[in-house]
Amino acid sequence: MIGIEHYVVVSAILFVLGVLGIFLNRKNVIVILMAIELILLAVNINLVGFSAFLGDLTGQIFAMFVLTVAAAEAAIGLAILVIYYRGRGTIAIDDVDRLKD
Amino acid sequence: MNFATSLMLIGAELGLCLVALVLLLLSAWLPRAAARVLTIAAASALAGASIYTLALLLNGTAGPDANAFGALLRLDAFSAVAKLLIYLSTFACLVVTPSFFERRGQYRGEYPVLLLFNAVGMSLLVSATDLMTLYIGLELSSLSSYILASFARSDMRSAEAGLKYFILGGLASGILLYGMSLVYGFAGSTNFDAIRTALAGELGTGALFGIVLVFAGLAFKISAVPFHMWTPDVYDGAPTPVTTFFAGAPKIAAVAILTRLSFSAFGEQFAAWQQIVAFVALASIVVGALGAIGQENLKRVLAYSSINNVGFLLIGLATGTAAGVSAMLIYLAIYAVMTLGSFVALLMLHDADGVPMETFGSIAGLAQRKPALAWALLVLMFSLAGIPPLFGFYAKLVVFQAAVDAGLIALATVGIAASVIGAFYYIKFVKVMFFDARPSSDARAEVARNPAGHWSVLAASTVLLSPLGFLLTPAMERWAAAAASALFLTA
Repeated sequence: MIGIEHYVVVSAILFVLGVLGIFLNRKNVIVILMAIELILLAVNINLVGFSAFLGDLTGQIFAMFVLTVAAAEAAIGLAILVIYYRGRGTIAIDDVDRLKD
Repeated sequence: MNFATSLMLIGAELGLCLVALVLLLLSAWLPRAAARVLTIAAASALAGASIYTLALLLNGTAGPDANAFGALLRLDAFSAVAKLLIYLSTFACLVVTPSFFERRGQYRGEYPVLLLFNAVGMSLLVSATDLMTLYIGLELSSLSSYILASFARSDMRSAEAGLKYFILGGLASGILLYGMSLVYGFAGSTNFDAIRTALAGELGTGALFGIVLVFAGLAFKISAVPFHMWTPDVYDGAPTPVTTFFAGAPKIAAVAILTRLSFSAFGEQFAAWQQIVAFVALASIVVGALGAIGQENLKRVLAYSSINNVGFLLIGLATGTAAGVSAMLIYLAIYAVMTLGSFVALLMLHDADGVPMETFGSIAGLAQRKPALAWALLVLMFSLAGIPPLFGFYAKLVVFQAAVDAGLIALATVGIAASVIGAFYYIKFVKVMFFDARPSSDARAEVARNPAGHWSVLAASTVLLSPLGFLLTPAMERWAAAAASALFLTA
């Protein structure tokens, strides 16, 4: 029988993978965008899982909002990435170093 | 609570949203030269929204009467005060922006539109009494902020600032959301009051995780240590008018919702989050004071100064009393004026070609070249350092007073010690401007003339921060107390 714990554990694993994807990744910025999406998916699994467990619709409505905002966020992130690439000709993370102390 | 009353309560947001949508259409159809007209329209919309909010504040709706849309939003005195601060600082940012971008031929009608959507997002954020409205308001404001940071898109520093802000902002939203999903799961509701009731008593591990993650996500948005790393980079890389905006309104909104969330939703768990907030406050004060010392770039110095100020704000939250919240709101109002004034002064420092003078070296001997600007900066810097008789002193005084009254003696002591360290770089401004020789090598590097809008914003903030500001204290205390008690009314 699959209970709420299974959903929470899968979601926690996805969340940690997403956070690690941002910090351990040394290659390019697209991977970071994918990691952020992974975090938001972890959140959605949590919300929908809890919603079914509690028998309360709010979590599913919340998940819809998260999906919508994630789409807008991805669009803006890619747009910023495009203007960055136009100017610098690279999206390697190690090259994002014009601003520092 | 019927639908018409709800619509009446969010009149300011509705109006701003409507104007922003119309201006968005207009900016797509009109030629680029019309951007200035759109700016004026946006500024008048903000002025109108401030008047509407002021009327709502004076009307004095409180408690359940102030709820809109089935308790998704609460338009009480607390949100009205925060919204007034947000609208007014956004208004001032709109006044000083166009000439900066026009010098580079980068000004577009999208700018006022993005600022308006940002203002709508922030005012939804400060009135939110449900995790869902909190999230929507926060994202509406954050998403437009990412675009604003990279608004000068041909400038690589601006694009990089936008990219960094986007990635770290996205991560922070993710952490915040994960925390909210846990809180929802363990409390069984997204409504603040329901969460408060559900989380009373012994706190489980899952809910504790949720609360900590929510605080971590919001700490990023207010750039509190240890989530401050993006601040100097983004403040430095973003165009200066955008930095002026970032240091003001979004910070006010995030601090306000952090306060509301702490007391409305997690009020029963004060012991669980007081330690976190006290630690974050101390760390921000110390890192903000020490980090700025080696900096040569003035925008980076002011970025660390804003981290430092967030620490003082959080002291008010850590007290957990109505007096602490009211002290925090007074600090917030004075901080908004101080940061606005100093960034506007920074905006005015550019030569005839529009090249900004953003280092300590370039403002050497400014007192001989531009005495009015130098004296205004002196008032602003001494005020930020909290030196009496300037008004910035009063802000620090009320916060420390509240901390001592709540028994947080250690926090207040370390805070005062760190604010003495922080005074170093504020005084360095004055020393460089008044006592260093002006660089004789480049006589070309004269400070150019500035439009009247800049001078009026600078003059207004300087007068407010001068000892004349103390005349405002009775009114400020009354409103801050009203706002704080609105927050504790449900408690």
